[in-house]
Amino acid sequence: MSFMQRIIDFFSRKSTVTKGGGDKAISKQKAGGKMTARERIAALLDEGSFHEYDLFVEHKCQDFGMGDKELAADGVVTGSGTIAGRPVCIYAQDFTVAGGSLGLMHARKITKVMDHAIKMGVPIIGINDSGGARIQEGVNSLAGYGEIFYRNTLASGVVPQISVILGPCAGGAVYSPALTDFVFVVDQISKMFITGPEVVKTVLGEEISMEDLGGARVQAETAGNAHFFANSELECFEQIRTLVSFLPDNSRNKPAIIEQKRPKASYKIEELIPKDSKIPFDVRDIVRAIVDDSEFFEVQELFAPNAIIGFGRINGETVGIIGNQALFLAGVLDIDASDKIARFIRFCDAFNIPLLTLMDIPGYLPGSDQEHNGVIRHGAKVLYAYSEASVPKITVILRKAYGGGYIAMCSHHLRADFVFAWPTAEIAVMGPEGAANIIFRSEIMAADNPEEMRKLKVKEYTDKFANPYVAASSGYVDAVITPEETRAAIAHALQLTRNKQEARPDRKHGVPPF
Amino acid sequence: MSEQQFCEIALEGGTYETRLTKKFTQRKPYEKDDPRVIKALIPGVIAEIDTQVGKAVKKGDTLMILEAMKMLNRIKAPQDGTVKAIGVAGGDKVTKGQVLIEIE
Repeated sequence: MSFMQRIIDFFSRKSTVTKGGGDKAISKQKAGGKMTARERIAALLDEGSFHEYDLFVEHKCQDFGMGDKELAADGVVTGSGTIAGRPVCIYAQDFTVAGGSLGLMHARKITKVMDHAIKMGVPIIGINDSGGARIQEGVNSLAGYGEIFYRNTLASGVVPQISVILGPCAGGAVYSPALTDFVFVVDQISKMFITGPEVVKTVLGEEISMEDLGGARVQAETAGNAHFFANSELECFEQIRTLVSFLPDNSRNKPAIIEQKRPKASYKIEELIPKDSKIPFDVRDIVRAIVDDSEFFEVQELFAPNAIIGFGRINGETVGIIGNQALFLAGVLDIDASDKIARFIRFCDAFNIPLLTLMDIPGYLPGSDQEHNGVIRHGAKVLYAYSEASVPKITVILRKAYGGGYIAMCSHHLRADFVFAWPTAEIAVMGPEGAANIIFRSEIMAADNPEEMRKLKVKEYTDKFANPYVAASSGYVDAVITPEETRAAIAHALQLTRNKQEARPDRKHGVPPF
Repeated sequence: MSEQQFCEIALEGGTYETRLTKKFTQRKPYEKDDPRVIKALIPGVIAEIDTQVGKAVKKGDTLMILEAMKMLNRIKAPQDGTVKAIGVAGGDKVTKGQVLIEIE
């Protein structure tokens, strides 16, 4: 072959493979409102930044007539590119090629790009759109999944791992996203489940649609497996780019410090808290009144709304924010909220992101449903995660700080570096009504008018204990500050803790109450 | 979600105005287990019934067989007694928690 022929041959090979599953499969993919694997990568990454690897990888299966079947790029596009100029590794399963099914070589392409991300210390993004295991490849396909899961675990806490579900992701395949840090879903497109509706029907006799069993909304709202919900693939990619902007490339680095901006004037912190401690407010407005440009990037917005988690910046520096949301269930800690908070703390700690906790907690959710489903062990995750975290920990007590909830939400006792309290803070063993009922029980019962006496005693307790000064008198609160001073106090605390070092006992690893 | 009305929730330390979540409102109220009422632990099909109403049974006697997950599960008497009622017939499809048999 002449030089020119070789070049022509190369382009012809390349164009065949980059067509994926061919025109018919592609138009079917698009009819479902979905982009192709290569379109997705192009839309997510900086324009023209994608470099593909392993385009000419082929499957090795000879069984079931697979020997003569050509599967373009073995059904997955892998490579690297940039997001806002920062390198990332990426793969996207190509549903147009054999339904994006995962065979041995398909898996090897994925693990190769994952190894690359770990070695180079850059985030890894996986776009999932696959019918599952390639049945013809049998146990080799299972081996492929196992190799991916193993690397997800190795990469955990080393580089940020992002999963994007843009099609079906069923059976064992769901465990790769589940092992990663953030899962993105798109309404009507994403489907995740261990066993699909057909099996559910045969085994259990339950009739349930794919959407109701494991659609995007269910995953984001009910199951909590997804962290971000979008209405379109393009909106999803925008969310991913925003998330990446808050994160460092790997656990050896800190997130980039960008130009600082003041919060927007429309969020007036002093006007946000209601006078009555029983009336709720949206804690996200407090966040917006504190962070740069009032930009709060919320994580798991739809799941366990009684707690909020997300990213913001203070003086240009990324902060992981955790808050009790009185707007839902009075802001109690329950199983789902504990799970949500604990995982987020561990992510931030792994990637050198300081933690800011906004406390307004009445306690834990009572009930057999919570107790029987293990609120004890799930709630313990929050204590563990906060205690274990060695990043800067700053806590602001806004209002309620009662009982075990007070301890759990990054009190001094779990080694918060700074605990600030507003004058509206109520730091006490329990709410005044509950406490008065117990402490003054005999006096209330003996009174001529028990109801009057109860009210009197509740007031007495409230006046004496429902404030920040009892805790402050023991040094459990470092400073009582006004709402207006909050941003400056946090900013200074962040500056002071920038080079924080904290010793930990020598051990292989702790044993968190998973 | 934001249009949802505020309602009251009572916690250990007091009562608060707040919104409820779907999961909270749909949670199952606790019911005390009655050992005399045998319920299906798993959904399946009643393969056979080995007793009848009014019959005396001893603890451990097989009362019926529930076929589920490709297994034949023997449903045994939890205590000595008499069969008070049988809630299913052979061949019935049963859901999880459905009452199968009552003993007194």
